[in-house]
Amino acid sequence: MSRTQKFFTYLALSIWSFIAIFPIWTLIVNSFKPQKEIFQNPFGLPQTFTLDGYKSVWLKGNFGTYFLNTIYVTVISLALIVFIGSLAAYALAKWKSKASAALYVFFIAGLMIPIRLGTIDLVRIMQFLKLHDTIWSLIPVYVAMGMPISIFILTAFVQTLPKEMFDAAKVDGASEWRIYLQIVVPLLRPAIATVAIFNMMKIWNDFWFPLVFIRAEESRTISLGVSLLFGQYRTDWTRALSTLSLAAVPILILYILLSREFIKGLTAGAVKG
Amino acid sequence: MIKNLKKYFSENGIWLLFVMPALLIYLVFMAAPLLDSMRLSFYTGKGYTPTEFVGFKNYVDLFTNPLWRERFLGALKNTIIFFSIHMIIQNSLGLFFANLLSAEFKGRNFFRTVIFAPATLSVLITGFLWTLILNPYWGAINQSLKAIGLDSWAKPWLGDEHLALPVISLTSVWQWVGMPTVLFLAGLLGISDEILEAARVDGASNWHIFWKIKFPLLKPVIGVVAILTFVDNFNAFDVIFAMAGAKGEPGYSTDLLATFFYRTGIAGEHPAGIPNMGMGAAIATLIFIILMVGVLLWLYSSRKNEELA
Repeated sequence: MSRTQKFFTYLALSIWSFIAIFPIWTLIVNSFKPQKEIFQNPFGLPQTFTLDGYKSVWLKGNFGTYFLNTIYVTVISLALIVFIGSLAAYALAKWKSKASAALYVFFIAGLMIPIRLGTIDLVRIMQFLKLHDTIWSLIPVYVAMGMPISIFILTAFVQTLPKEMFDAAKVDGASEWRIYLQIVVPLLRPAIATVAIFNMMKIWNDFWFPLVFIRAEESRTISLGVSLLFGQYRTDWTRALSTLSLAAVPILILYILLSREFIKGLTAGAVKG
Repeated sequence: MIKNLKKYFSENGIWLLFVMPALLIYLVFMAAPLLDSMRLSFYTGKGYTPTEFVGFKNYVDLFTNPLWRERFLGALKNTIIFFSIHMIIQNSLGLFFANLLSAEFKGRNFFRTVIFAPATLSVLITGFLWTLILNPYWGAINQSLKAIGLDSWAKPWLGDEHLALPVISLTSVWQWVGMPTVLFLAGLLGISDEILEAARVDGASNWHIFWKIKFPLLKPVIGVVAILTFVDNFNAFDVIFAMAGAKGEPGYSTDLLATFFYRTGIAGEHPAGIPNMGMGAAIATLIFIILMVGVLLWLYSSRKNEELA
């Protein structure tokens, strides 16, 4: 790169990085200031350091419950998505027939159709199954929602695996189930990571289905809990910002720790698409 | 007949078994609810069981009854504006950043990480955060404008009917610009170095290389980004709910199809709070039809492009 090019690249990217980070910076530093200082000194580090916001939010808001609920829902949904999705993807990649081609198209069509549009019926289904107002109402919906993208990425990946490997295992008398468990799953790991990352962000951050399905305090997820707390604290900025920080910081830390895999996973998925 | 069936299952049964769990959960919790919503759109009734069959009345009402028409067309128009701002600004910025990030230079991993960071946060959280930053009295934006003497530029960003929708759209662009960046970056990194090197040897400028070589090769990715932007933004809800409430304040000026759908079919209008599920289903079906038309147009045009290529 020439000098001017380099200068221009750094300039443009630095300006946007500033725009991207600045709101998150003000969120975190201001959550440690008393209200008055937030207005007088909105950008700098706190002069009077306070944890009052966090204390009252943690005590009043049942944040522990929200976190646990969100973790349960995300982990169980992801485990099911990866297991069910990879099983189906293996079958769809290996099973050569009209039925499998039709099934594949049927699954992939879901990429273009937001599951939200079926919400009215889902509400009725959850009422019928007596799952409404519990975190169990969220899991089947998230698993269904995760199927199209997972089958899309995983099927493409299975198709790149060398055919001879399966044939050799077959000759040795291994059942399809054993081939799946002992050969396919270990080789699928990078693709499974991509699928997990994609779905994790969607599920962890989802607000729509908790809003529609859940009212009870003990079943709330982080998004739903934050929306109700923020409504109460709208004018108490220290508490409002503490609420938002508590919800945002864990996922940011996770992202920073995993950012390489994150972006690699996302670009890998994109290339296959 | 039975013999044939037996043969079919002994050959394909194991695969059917493997697909079955995915198929069942996908059918019961995604495909069936979508289809049944279409059926419900022909019914009316209060609460969870719309029982009275009314044919196309819900649809006719949406387009002709003044009670519904204004809200529906307003939400449609706002959704188109919301989508267009993303399509033009977010995706151009994404392409621009991706092009910069595809070069080799120190610190590019840092910039990649930072540009994508806001997209990992929940829309709700960033929406709430921006309402504080945009607060007319105490928010950081107006405070800064006043501090540098631009008092007249300090506006009630979310309280003005003309400003609120573009401002909310831009905060959403701020959050999501990392998505097209990453997708375009993947596309750009997939272009072989030899082609680019050959062009450079021939003395082509960077501008020329971008428009004459990279851009045409990126066409399939541009198509994917466009369709993702379309589908995501035509059912956007969270950012409006966080920044303007379920009614799309001020004065429904930020009301999108999804907030209209939520109010009508799920939450119910204030003060009664009883959802009109039949009408909600009709709105969902219309969104579905809009999405299908868009997706089919995209499939058709990308197939045509392939034939040309």
